Amino acid sequence: MLKGGSRDTGKLLMERSVPGRAGVVAPPLDVPEQPLPDASMLRDDLALPEVSEPEVVQYFTALSQQNFSIDTQFYPLGSCTMKYNPKINDEMAFLPGFAAIHPLQPPDQSQGALELLHTLQEYLGEITGMSGVSLATLAGAHGELAGVLMMRAYHHSRGDTGRIKMAIPDSAHGTNPASAAMAGFEVVTLASDEDGNVDLEALHELVGPDLAGVMITLPSTLGLFDRNIVEVCRIVHEAGGLVYGDGANMNALLGRAKLGDLGFDVIHLNLHKTFSTPHGGGGPGAGPVCCAPILEPYLAAPIVTASANGSGPTYALSNPEQSIGKMSGYHGNFGVLVRAYTYIRTLGDAGIKSISGNAVLNANYLLGALKDIYYLPYDRTCMHEVVLSADWQRARGVSGLDVAKRLLDYGFHAPTMYFPLIVHEALMIEPTESENRYTLDAFIEALRQINRESETDPDMVHHAPHTTPVSRLDEAGAARHPDLRWRPKT
Amino acid sequence: MTTAHFQSHYIPNTEREQAEMLATLGLTSIDELFHDIPDEYRNPPLNLPEPLSELEIQRELAGLASKNRSLGSGPSFLGAGSYHHFIPAIVKALMTRGEFLTAYTPYQPEVSQGTLQVIYEFQTLISSLFGMEVANAGMYDGATSLAEGVLMACRVTNRERVAVSDTVSPTYLQVIRTYCQAHGIDIEVVRHWEPEVGDDTACLVVQYPNFYGGLEDLGDFAQLAHGHGALLVVSTDPTACGMLNPPGHYSADIVTGEGQPLGIPTSYGGPYLGLFTCKEQYIRQMPSRLVGRTVDSQGRTGYVLTLQTREQHIRRERATSNICTNEALYALASTIYLAAMGRQGLKQVAELCYHKAHYAASRIESLPGYNLPFQRGPFFQEFVVQCPAPPAEINRKLMERNILGGLDISVPPYSAPLPPDLDKGMLVCVTEMNSKEDIDALVAGLAEFN
Repeated sequence: MLKGGSRDTGKLLMERSVPGRAGVVAPPLDVPEQPLPDASMLRDDLALPEVSEPEVVQYFTALSQQNFSIDTQFYPLGSCTMKYNPKINDEMAFLPGFAAIHPLQPPDQSQGALELLHTLQEYLGEITGMSGVSLATLAGAHGELAGVLMMRAYHHSRGDTGRIKMAIPDSAHGTNPASAAMAGFEVVTLASDEDGNVDLEALHELVGPDLAGVMITLPSTLGLFDRNIVEVCRIVHEAGGLVYGDGANMNALLGRAKLGDLGFDVIHLNLHKTFSTPHGGGGPGAGPVCCAPILEPYLAAPIVTASANGSGPTYALSNPEQSIGKMSGYHGNFGVLVRAYTYIRTLGDAGIKSISGNAVLNANYLLGALKDIYYLPYDRTCMHEVVLSADWQRARGVSGLDVAKRLLDYGFHAPTMYFPLIVHEALMIEPTESENRYTLDAFIEALRQINRESETDPDMVHHAPHTTPVSRLDEAGAARHPDLRWRPKT
Repeated sequence: MTTAHFQSHYIPNTEREQAEMLATLGLTSIDELFHDIPDEYRNPPLNLPEPLSELEIQRELAGLASKNRSLGSGPSFLGAGSYHHFIPAIVKALMTRGEFLTAYTPYQPEVSQGTLQVIYEFQTLISSLFGMEVANAGMYDGATSLAEGVLMACRVTNRERVAVSDTVSPTYLQVIRTYCQAHGIDIEVVRHWEPEVGDDTACLVVQYPNFYGGLEDLGDFAQLAHGHGALLVVSTDPTACGMLNPPGHYSADIVTGEGQPLGIPTSYGGPYLGLFTCKEQYIRQMPSRLVGRTVDSQGRTGYVLTLQTREQHIRRERATSNICTNEALYALASTIYLAAMGRQGLKQVAELCYHKAHYAASRIESLPGYNLPFQRGPFFQEFVVQCPAPPAEINRKLMERNILGGLDISVPPYSAPLPPDLDKGMLVCVTEMNSKEDIDALVAGLAEFN
């Protein structure tokens, strides 16, 4: 069927390619042509598309319209902190004095960038209650790897090389055990108690001379503040271990508690969650590492230092004395760091605190309105997210997955599903502070409606979504016969 | 400061709405929601500056930005892994669309087909560009891509010795060491003209063009590595692949690269984009996400994240890597860039870089006191100049003419593999952004020393 003027996305770039079309015009060569290298080194097989500029713009615009995003839909994806991303942050990162500077320019040509980074280190240290900060890590998991390598370096520097185990709660993100393994640790699982806190008895059994430390997410992935946290830190420290903090859920704690005060030794932050930098469909992020004084010598290189001189401070990059090393090519995801700096400056102390206050209020508002129709496994005040279960709907043949997929038909992004692993049919809902009450009420109404549908038409819910560009996809087939790139028809 | 009633413009809830919402929970203040935090730790003092309006933050940051010397403000010849290339306007216009910019990782494929199809396009174009069978959805940057490539080669071969050529970026070598430090992997830096590879070597790691600009014979390296059952791992420059045979042409097993030259600003070192490709037989050992084409329940074509049992959210401590968030937005940027440049455009850019760099090299070589120690070998857009004075001193003088010179490689870690007589080396980079006038100005500036 012919589809008039709408920009369809069915054909891939290589299928749109027409020999002779071009999307750019190259400038002329203004130097004398030079001898080319031996012809055997040159290629004639470059398989890139030939499309004009309007075709590129129309194709990618049409593709963008097949996405849900924060700007277009409510996106209550638990543990992902899908809050509004201020546009001023992007504009500041695109300033030529930031976006068009080279990472290897001498410090006297980049004092503005270094000053911004140094100030951001101080802000993040203040917010987390930590003395040392490295901005060099590029995502949450990257920060985790740096953090656990620092724990390893600390123990090794004391000749304490027998600490080969890392304890990680059963509710943790998958990156925690994966990062611990990349840092050479054997992962042992730490159980949660019936209130969703770390099980102190289980912890007592795990600590000892072979335990390097524990990795704790606070609030936990159950959306709960662990009431035992100070005791957890004390027990681990007494046994010679260290406490790692996964800062994925820091949006709940901004200005309410400092992880350093509670006893954490090293943490990472996700600037692309808590500090509002856009996720971009899966990155870029930034995962700064903040630590207590005992771990500062091991921070990832480089950090930014300030030295006083006559006319004011001078900033420089420097390597901590016993650094775990460089984690990436340069000094961190600078463009993301500019955005986070801008965010903090436009909020100040009062604004930072109102973030956590409204994020937690919105989550509890949803909890209060939904717990009569969706099972609430931990009936406590939640923090920035609420973990519900579709167990009651499951009994009627509608799973958590089905509920989540049906929400797409109502124009809401799905919550995080089947995570944390310790809750059956988990639906992890994080509204963030940037949603208004009207949206929250509409979301509540959609979940109520889906619950009614689970009674009246479970089969329809089971086959949702019905209104999206594609319906449920054959993921098993995709994995069995991987088709990972376009190839010309033979 | 205590602005008790500060209402951020990023937060819709007014005090009145807060009170109404709290009332539904039987509460009267937001503070009550935080009662699980022990009293002595709750509401600590927070020493942050007062909030700025948008107008004020614009002024403050414009001030900070103006203290930096941007590449566009004068001739610039600094490369060494981060390159100043032209970026068509459509790249920023399209990548900043909210539907791309503010979406999460595409875990819900029904409402993420835009991002997923872009990644499939990205995988197609990058594997073509590198002459490889498959590409993943991207890594953090060129350095971490290469480090993950080394770890992957050790998994594939079940070996723990790695030979890294001394012409690989010294910074990349540092990142490889960081990533390998807890795995008992033995990293040996080998001489590029005579790399030692043994029957227990997991991989030979080389860079093409190498850090010092030269183009070495990848065919020889492949033969050597494969003769010992080792893999050839190559870090390459995507722009160079616009005109030169890519590493895949020479049977490389894993090819990585820095994607920044493909439409991404230099931005003081990040965010960039790690490119990662390999032979198809190794896909189950690949790190990071992969997108596959499939069909939906009605037989329509669609795209999904696939082979996820490699990844941390499924496999946890047995995953191929801990990577989760990568650089998806910049994979999009590079896909738009490659679509716009196309088959002819990328070749033209590569050739502009090549001819301008060779013109610059021939002019500098003719200056008294300067010589090109590696002149006999082919190069792409970067070359080493042995200077008559310390490069840092020359660069200071050049900056007085508002010219950003090349990288001073007379200092560690860049000087490590260089011969002792190459003690005043500068690594000069020339791209399509440098006009003939820029190059002639550089030559005139250099001519002050002899």
